[in-house]
Amino acid sequence: MCLAIPAKIIRINKNKAEVKSMGVSKEIDISLVPSVSVGDFVIVHAGFAIQILNKEDVLAINSYWKEYLK
Amino acid sequence: MEPNKNKKIKKKNNKTFKDKIIQLSHGDGGFKTSELISNLILKYLGNDTLNKLMDSAVINGNNKKIAFTTDSFVVNPIFFPGGDIGKLSVCGTINDLATSGCTPSALSLSFILEEGLPVKDLIKILSSIKKVLKETGARVVTGDTKVVERGIADKIYINTSGIGFIPDKMDISPYKIKEGDDILINGGIAEHGAAILGKRKEFNFKSGIKSDCAPLSLLVNDITPVSSNIHALRDATRGGLASVLFELSEASHTSFEIYEDKIPVKKEVRGICEFLGLDPLYMANEGKMIVFVDKKDSEIVLNAMKKNKYGKDSCIIGRVSGKINGERGRVFLITKLGTRRILDLQYSEQLPRIC
Amino acid sequence: MINDIQEIIQSLNNYVLAENLVNIMEVCGTHTMSISRHGIRQLIPEKINLISGPGCPVCVTSANDIDILLEIVDRYDVTVFTFGDMLRVPGTRSSLYTKKSEGRDINICYSPADALDFAIKNPQRNVIFVAIGFETTIPLTSVIVKRARQKKISNFYIYNTHKLIPEALESLLNNKNVKIDAFLCPGHVSAIIGSRPYNFIAKKYHIPCVISGFEPYDILESIIMIMDQIQRKKPYVENQYRRVVREEGNPEAVKLINEVFEKVDSNWRGLGIISNSGLRLREKFLKFDAKINFPVKKVISREPPGCECGDVLKGLKKPYECRLFSRVCKPENPIGPCMVSSEGSCAAYYKYEKEKL
Repeated sequence: MCLAIPAKIIRINKNKAEVKSMGVSKEIDISLVPSVSVGDFVIVHAGFAIQILNKEDVLAINSYWKEYLK
Repeated sequence: MEPNKNKKIKKKNNKTFKDKIIQLSHGDGGFKTSELISNLILKYLGNDTLNKLMDSAVINGNNKKIAFTTDSFVVNPIFFPGGDIGKLSVCGTINDLATSGCTPSALSLSFILEEGLPVKDLIKILSSIKKVLKETGARVVTGDTKVVERGIADKIYINTSGIGFIPDKMDISPYKIKEGDDILINGGIAEHGAAILGKRKEFNFKSGIKSDCAPLSLLVNDITPVSSNIHALRDATRGGLASVLFELSEASHTSFEIYEDKIPVKKEVRGICEFLGLDPLYMANEGKMIVFVDKKDSEIVLNAMKKNKYGKDSCIIGRVSGKINGERGRVFLITKLGTRRILDLQYSEQLPRIC
Repeated sequence: MINDIQEIIQSLNNYVLAENLVNIMEVCGTHTMSISRHGIRQLIPEKINLISGPGCPVCVTSANDIDILLEIVDRYDVTVFTFGDMLRVPGTRSSLYTKKSEGRDINICYSPADALDFAIKNPQRNVIFVAIGFETTIPLTSVIVKRARQKKISNFYIYNTHKLIPEALESLLNNKNVKIDAFLCPGHVSAIIGSRPYNFIAKKYHIPCVISGFEPYDILESIIMIMDQIQRKKPYVENQYRRVVREEGNPEAVKLINEVFEKVDSNWRGLGIISNSGLRLREKFLKFDAKINFPVKKVISREPPGCECGDVLKGLKKPYECRLFSRVCKPENPIGPCMVSSEGSCAAYYKYEKEKL
């Protein structure tokens, strides 16, 4: 029930942010993660970031998410 | 100096087409239609045959088998990264003809134009068509133009038909596919589908994805001379790679095994698919040729494909694994984990999902 | 990565207990898809039985909820926005897809924010957003409803069929017929609610829970973690999806849900009424409720005869054990929601696994 993908925050503009995942950029809503900063990784569901990812854990699982977030 | 009495004086059409938008009168068969054809369409697509503007074009068949195909194009948006509806239409027909191994020679081109279509858009489309024809040597020899009231058609619809002559002794068809054949493709899948989706206003993605729309007749001409064991060719279009493999499996009564980790998918294409929950195996292609060739010739054919500008990323993606008794196609995907699952026909258009 | 997976499979073979079949319910539709798509069942020992649960929001939306929505679409001149998942789900007589072909203004959106944006840009249209989904999606609806109120938007509504997962799990555990030995908990629902809402499953019912990610590696590692708990007879709520899920979840999102919605009983297709498993807009947001603002006469709803989606959703039957599966009910002619939804167990089985059947 929850298609969501990891993405990197590139730019923030009030309650919206441009994120990039797998070379594709999109503007999404960050109202649910107000403490997010540029460079953070988030998980994106239906155009909203729903959680900030734990950086160490993301980088530890190599193959799968590395290519999303390069 | 005496004038040369036998010299034919060629009348050059110096008139330019001045209208800025397409009007109903451009389609009524009268003076304005004549202007549209002579002062615009022929400027881009004219050749000896087309310029005669006969009701039927007469072509010399030289006793060869004829490949004949038709297709209609209603894509929206009409301009997309990597192409437009014009390029799409002629490439589509050229590619369909190429799957029988022939060189596409003569095309028909019919337009249904919506009243109000900007002429500059029509000019862009005609230029795209001209470019593809020049690249492949195919010619438009006959055509038609209609104009419908605003709202009845979506800017422009195009129908193309085409013929090509099949060289003697060439026999390429799904019925020739046999167990043990290798399955090759000339590059990454789902690029056209991803390019169109990515640009739709409601999704608004930023990416470098371009449609793979391309004429593949020259690629086919590069590979047919190097092997007489090419059994089948098919271009993958609307339903994606999976659909076309399924159709061929049914037509040939053979089963296929495809290797997930060998299927080329560009990173950004995967990105758009992941965002929207779509499967690239079922997304549209417009410049991909699937080649079934006897295993012993696959390397030679692969190398020839890679030399063509539309085949640089060519690779072997699977093999024909056996014969099937039933009616239904059987295509299996060997996943990256080494497990096996079926690749079935899609039953309905894929839609972006949350789940 | 493949090497790690080989290791996991080796370990799994060591774990499997001689006596019993271990029934692991994977709750989330996205897990169902991932398992089928990657052929996970081919990798794990036969004694580990993965059962699909009711975590497919489209599958558990009641026929009556769909029928009322379709009645609203017929009666009123509205612009509807829905996720793609919902388009083809059959109500008693029709579907949004059929209504769209009949000329109704029905649109797919990627995000609920797009529906609100449209309403703001088109004040002359009444816009209804079909709000389905569990806790992953509920915060999104909460954001846009709150935003609509802040901006005093008067042409935007939601058709609310949101449901809650932990309550559904408890209902399954209270069903004597359902035999579950462990839960593979939904990763993204847990990103929002955290791990604490599942504690009752381990404490009261002594059943292991592992919150899992969606990649094959995640699922396999989670299965090992479950087997470990079963073997040590120490059930608790464990988090495999640490890169996304925190114990406290996303408190901001949970706060927002509670601000906009309150819990009510809800009718789950196939499971019946589960108390406190649904949501209703709180009073100050009721003006955004589509059912209230677009009243329709009572609609009689029926489940299709012979449809066994209920048993499939409870994990009592595998899709191929349904009499209609693949004979009558197929993706090109779906009878029940489990076949229509791309996340439905039946669709997943049909698409990926029917070769064995």
